[in-house]
Amino acid sequence: MATDLTEAASRPAPISDSLSGGTLPRWAPLGCIAGSLLLAYLLAVFTAVSGTAGTLLVAAVLYAVIQSGWSFSVEGRRHAKDRLATTLIYSSFVVAFIPLVAVLTTVVIKGLKALNPIFLTHSMRNIDVALPGGGVYHAIIGTIEQVGLAAVLGIPVGVMVAIYLVEYGARGLLARAISFFVDVMTGVPSIVAGLFVYTGFVLTLGYERSGVAGSLALAILMIPVVVRSTEEMLKLVATDLRESSYALGVPKYRTILRIVIPTALGGIITGALLAVARVAGETAPLLLTTFLSQSINTNPFTGPQASIPVFIWDQIASGTDASIDRAWAGAMTLILLIMVLNIVARLVARLTRVK
Amino acid sequence: MAKRIDVSDLNVYYGDFRAVEGVTLTVEPRSITAFIGPSGCGKSTVLRTLNRMHEVIPGARVEGKVLLDGEDVYGNDVDPVNVRRTIGMVFQKPNPFPTMSIYDNVVAGLKLQGRRKKAELDVVVEKSLRGANLWEEVKDRLARPGSGLSGGQQQRLCIARAIAVEPQVLLMDEPCSALDPISTIAIEDLMQQLKERYTIVIVTHNMQQAARVSDTTAFFTIAGTGQPGRLIEMDATQRIFSNPSEQKTEDYITGRFG
Repeated sequence: MATDLTEAASRPAPISDSLSGGTLPRWAPLGCIAGSLLLAYLLAVFTAVSGTAGTLLVAAVLYAVIQSGWSFSVEGRRHAKDRLATTLIYSSFVVAFIPLVAVLTTVVIKGLKALNPIFLTHSMRNIDVALPGGGVYHAIIGTIEQVGLAAVLGIPVGVMVAIYLVEYGARGLLARAISFFVDVMTGVPSIVAGLFVYTGFVLTLGYERSGVAGSLALAILMIPVVVRSTEEMLKLVATDLRESSYALGVPKYRTILRIVIPTALGGIITGALLAVARVAGETAPLLLTTFLSQSINTNPFTGPQASIPVFIWDQIASGTDASIDRAWAGAMTLILLIMVLNIVARLVARLTRVK
Repeated sequence: MAKRIDVSDLNVYYGDFRAVEGVTLTVEPRSITAFIGPSGCGKSTVLRTLNRMHEVIPGARVEGKVLLDGEDVYGNDVDPVNVRRTIGMVFQKPNPFPTMSIYDNVVAGLKLQGRRKKAELDVVVEKSLRGANLWEEVKDRLARPGSGLSGGQQQRLCIARAIAVEPQVLLMDEPCSALDPISTIAIEDLMQQLKERYTIVIVTHNMQQAARVSDTTAFFTIAGTGQPGRLIEMDATQRIFSNPSEQKTEDYITGRFG
């Protein structure tokens, strides 16, 4: 008899025969939100907790505890865990979203002050930094040319390195070495790329500082990103497809050009354009290589050339009210430019996507 | 058009591991030869060595001889690309090229080999699709993507793609294992028609299929895990399935394998 009892006690609780169980009412999440906000508010009024952020934080914790506890008592352990996990995931989403929205709204609010057609179509030549006026036109030209050249230099190299790694390297010594150095390059601070080009291209080879020197530095920063994203995309192409192409008597290089790359093209383009967007915001390497300019220089091969990030840095450094407004407007221009690039990337990816 | 294959004393290695040992067999032209045997016995490996497809796998290498009408497939001056043009292959999973239309899939082999005259390709497309019993089903939607077809249709598209380059030999690696019975019958019927013109070698796990379609059957097995696969017996299909000379073969086909 006694053994029966201990045995029964050590056994897990019997699973209910019924298919339906206790369920919280549909309004439970909203009710819990309202309840925990109210409770947090009362806590804030009557205790030491203060400030909106503190109150919201307390409310969030209360919400997680109240809802999970309620769910545990009515619905059981699994549902309680589900609700807790759901709460955590949604709150992480909100936490991740706050800085994004905050940055964007700040830039838009402050940027709109000086952002106007004149700003977009004029340079800073002969403009007193202390006075309003002038614009970012010279920097837009510089950024587009420098980043465009960097893409022309960097993307083919990156894509071809990735093709070597995936299609030819086959985890050999050279491929592993390249892969390792690509990882190292990913971690190189951007100013080091700028210094490298400055010492190599400008000091040693004796070329003047120009847009193309900046492009070289940006290309160095782009290559590892392009290699990695392209590599991942090429790896996703099924081995079956390569094999069936070989089995048709198609040489390897044609298989890569006509089967593998078209299949992965959408992803490769997205990755490349994201790399472009990433380097478009680089300041440090450009300061060393393209230097500063207040005038329009459409030739990236001679003389200093402006760029939007350096423009922003320069205007902030000038420190007058007018120049700081221009810096914010420049920041907004840069964000818009990168946004357009991203949208183009997504459109291209969608158009070239495998049906 | 069809050619004969003689394999003698074939050993296949993956790195240090010997996957297949001492295989000697002959595949007659204009016939269907089936390779059967348990998983891992090396039948797909042997099939792949016939057109040097195993070379795609890193570390794979071959000892022994594979002769195609007397010409050594592994000869020093032999280009594997030419071998594969002569010996086509159909895979287990239907895998039409996803970026291409039905039309482009069929002519992929020709186009990628550099032949691109429109009139010539049109003829090849119709002929190959008819050859694969797919023409009537797809003739109105040749420009649509090949991946929109059903599994059985996709596999027939892959067969059309393989025969479009007019190989001498067609290797099929479990071509029906991902298909439903109706599509399977369609492919088996197709094989019967194709054998008039091609030498066909098929790997199958389905013994009924081997018994239904093949003229000759080769039985492979392994002694145990980590052991190389061997060819146990090769004979007329009827004989293998009624009165095999080896006890192992009989055990396998009667289901006493294990």
